[in-house]
Amino acid sequence: MVEYRIDRHSGVATYVQIVQQTKQALRMGLLKPGDRLPTAREVVEATAINPNTVLKAYRELEREGLVEARRGLGTFVRRSLGTAPADSPLRTELEQWAGRARAAGLERDDVAALFTAVLDTHFQGDPT
Amino acid sequence: MSSDTALRAEALGKRFGLRARWALRDCSFRLPAGRVCAVVGPNGAGKSTLLALAAGLTAPTEGSVSVLGTTPSAARPRVGFVAQDKPLYPQLTVAETLRMGADLNPGHWDAAGAERVVRGGGLDPRARVRSLSGGQRSRVALALALGKRPELLLLDEPMADLDPLARHELMGTLMAQAAQYGTTIVMSSHVVAELEDSCDHLLLVGDGRIRLAGEIDDLLAAHLRVSGAADSAGLGGHTVVESRVTGRQVSALIRPAGPLPGDWRSATPSLEELVLAHLRNPGAPALTPAETEEHAA
Repeated sequence: MVEYRIDRHSGVATYVQIVQQTKQALRMGLLKPGDRLPTAREVVEATAINPNTVLKAYRELEREGLVEARRGLGTFVRRSLGTAPADSPLRTELEQWAGRARAAGLERDDVAALFTAVLDTHFQGDPT
Repeated sequence: MSSDTALRAEALGKRFGLRARWALRDCSFRLPAGRVCAVVGPNGAGKSTLLALAAGLTAPTEGSVSVLGTTPSAARPRVGFVAQDKPLYPQLTVAETLRMGADLNPGHWDAAGAERVVRGGGLDPRARVRSLSGGQRSRVALALALGKRPELLLLDEPMADLDPLARHELMGTLMAQAAQYGTTIVMSSHVVAELEDSCDHLLLVGDGRIRLAGEIDDLLAAHLRVSGAADSAGLGGHTVVESRVTGRQVSALIRPAGPLPGDWRSATPSLEELVLAHLRNPGAPALTPAETEEHAA
């Protein structure tokens, strides 16, 4: 089960935040096919956002084929995203690289900028 | 009238006394059922009058308001109303107050739900209402209104004397009610930011008139915040809500009637910008889609 955190000052529309956090959970393997997403009631009770915002996010996820709504039962994960679960060798390599970057005296922002630049060269034109 | 309308006002007006000024005038709008509606406006704009008319506590001077497809008094068993001053009996305990709610609403009292709202505040059921803080009283009043399991909930400044934590919790409770039962909720505030994430519909009241009415997404989409050179083609043809010249630049909030000149920069306004621009400029034309729908039909 995921728990959504809404940042009111991020400038990102609230329903987009829910979509992004769900996808993040799918990428990290925190949500797997067959898992149930929290009900709209559960989400709004914890976050105080409008129920229609949650439904809009779930419709968007459904449109992308990631989840499916089963009448009277809830919304369930259909497929996972990406191939980089939390404990993959790629993650281990990235961990080691981040450690080396820090040891070399880079600050958090330097590392983020470097990583983004490399992402941009390798994934040019891909949808985000 | 179809039951998919929670609230409909037609040329609604109210003044308290023959020589008094109009507290509310010429109000026409439709609120579809199942929405969470913010009634926003400065103090004295007419928000409380509007809610009192919808609750059937006072009669219109002119025009009409219908509630859940019928008159406000006929709809009363299906409507929950919490007034700004949260009237409760000070000598009753919290538990007695809830028992009174059960007695007054035979057959449709949600005892567990009402108790959950009260317990969320850590309130002692044996405490007398007299001894409670303003925030705790709000919680009891809200529990009383929610326990009735209303189809329409009218809340006048419900969050005004709550601390941020209690506010978030109670707003969560209200949203859960809306999600589970499809309850229509109408709540007033003079703080837009307080309601922005929870509401999907807006009624902006200014100086006794409805300035904006409709789905928040639609209202935002109908406006643009623009800026450009002061000596350029200008904004002729568009509805200008507010415009300001700073040096050689003009910035404005408009309702675009068509494409803008290519050298103008534009962005969607925030809800707060939209509300403030309309309140600062009382002369700007109102936008109430319900009216346009009717004229078109």
